[in-house]
Amino acid sequence: MKAGKLWRRIVLAVMALYVLVPLVGVAEFALRMRRGVYSFDAFVEVFGDDRFQETFLYSCGMALVTVVIGVVLIVPAAYAVRLHAPRLRSFVEFVTLLPLVVPAIVIVFGYLRLYGSDSFLPLTDTDTGADALLAFGYVTLSLPYIYRSVDAGLTSMDVRTLTEAAESLGARPLTVMLRVVLPNIRTSVLSGAFLTAAIVLGEFTFASLLDRPAFGPYMQLLGANRAYEPAALSLVAFALTWGLMALIGAFGGRRPGS
Amino acid sequence: MRLPRAFVQTVFGVGPFALFAVLFLVLPTSNLLVGAFQDGEGNFTFANLAGLMTPSVVTAFRVSITISLASAVLGAAAGLAVALALRGDAVPRPIRQAVLTLCGVTSNFAGVPLAFAFLATVGRAGLLTALLVRYFGINIYDGGFNLLSVVGLTFTYLYFQMPLMVLVIMPAVEGLKRDWSEAAAMLGASPAQFTLRIVAPILAPNVVGATLLLFANAFGAVATAYALTGSSINLVTILLFAQIRGDVLHDPGLGFALALGMVVVTGVCNILYLRLRAFSDRRLR
Repeated sequence: MKAGKLWRRIVLAVMALYVLVPLVGVAEFALRMRRGVYSFDAFVEVFGDDRFQETFLYSCGMALVTVVIGVVLIVPAAYAVRLHAPRLRSFVEFVTLLPLVVPAIVIVFGYLRLYGSDSFLPLTDTDTGADALLAFGYVTLSLPYIYRSVDAGLTSMDVRTLTEAAESLGARPLTVMLRVVLPNIRTSVLSGAFLTAAIVLGEFTFASLLDRPAFGPYMQLLGANRAYEPAALSLVAFALTWGLMALIGAFGGRRPGS
Repeated sequence: MRLPRAFVQTVFGVGPFALFAVLFLVLPTSNLLVGAFQDGEGNFTFANLAGLMTPSVVTAFRVSITISLASAVLGAAAGLAVALALRGDAVPRPIRQAVLTLCGVTSNFAGVPLAFAFLATVGRAGLLTALLVRYFGINIYDGGFNLLSVVGLTFTYLYFQMPLMVLVIMPAVEGLKRDWSEAAAMLGASPAQFTLRIVAPILAPNVVGATLLLFANAFGAVATAYALTGSSINLVTILLFAQIRGDVLHDPGLGFALALGMVVVTGVCNILYLRLRAFSDRRLR
């Protein structure tokens, strides 16, 4: 049994070292901006930068829009196939897994070709159009995550009985959706939403190729031009990801009503 | 005539989703794949695919596949080791929870900020690089290490590949029943025999499947490599990125062919993955 404990410790220690050393490295680097002493100058620079605030807010808005569109598209679809068309379920599932097969860069390349300047629907020509295209792109990227969490939520509730109960009390489909289904899958939807936010907030490929003022391209640009600020930014991004994952943990463990 | 309500609800439920998928996933992708077989005037041609055979493109695919394969296999091995170490209740609960949370965070900590973290740590002016020189007199850059290389990039990708493996494989590892190890022990099997003869064959399909998932994950990655190396490393994604941006001599046909090549590689991976998953699901039932 002793030997059994030892190898576990070694494995976990090596893993912890590999994961933590780059964090220590980047933290130390971020503090090194003022010559000779450690200071928070790099963080002050970053947070004080107008571009940081603008792009960060833009990406937060994008994340919110992505989640809303994603939920509005996926919840009714997942609900309907579960209740009425189980044979369509594997089709819906297959479609939601496609973004894991087709790399993001290929999808956005397709957008530029299909919705670019000389296409039948030139969305990229206006800011609003390009913003919408970016949001749709992010919804596409997050399909696997949102679907999986919504599906898990629907599995944990008795969709058929609850629907029939609501209908026999006179509820219309929209009422069933908003007042029965959504509250029951609230926690699952939230965990999918936070995961989506974690992906969207720092996303680079879509935003950069669609030329949107998002957080990902801003970080990349700063990285190409500055030394210490990117390190500070990296830590901010890590903290942000940590926060979103912690929220998933906090909500995921709680059942509705408790 | 009144349509059955179930039909109406299905149409209203699945319809918007299907329309969205067609407009923003299926059409854009298939448009590119068709474009890979068309010349400038829309006539059928294999000329674009022939462009894939140029040495720089072949190298890009080779480098991309090498990095993806290396980071997938190493990430899978390391992730499996961590998952096995966490198995059962040998590790105190808080530590186990901390490790799993850390995995959740780091598997999503990819892209530009990850590149910064590695530059600050093992870059030429990085903390670890400096500490190794000061205390051990080892300069990893004299020893041939370069963060902006295949090895460096693989090492960086491991940062999200390994924890992703832990999260993907954990359910299968937890599915190993305690009874099995007890039964094996009663029959006189050593822990090594148990691992080799029981655990390995049971987990094999899941492990291979997860490795394929990791491969596709690394193969499509753009941001980490781009932020780390600019366009100085010849990866398929970086090449395609430059093509789309028009940084290089713009040849739309080659762009489509690159996209097709990428989809073929990740597609094969995912088909194999689904096959394996179905196989292991069937077997465990």
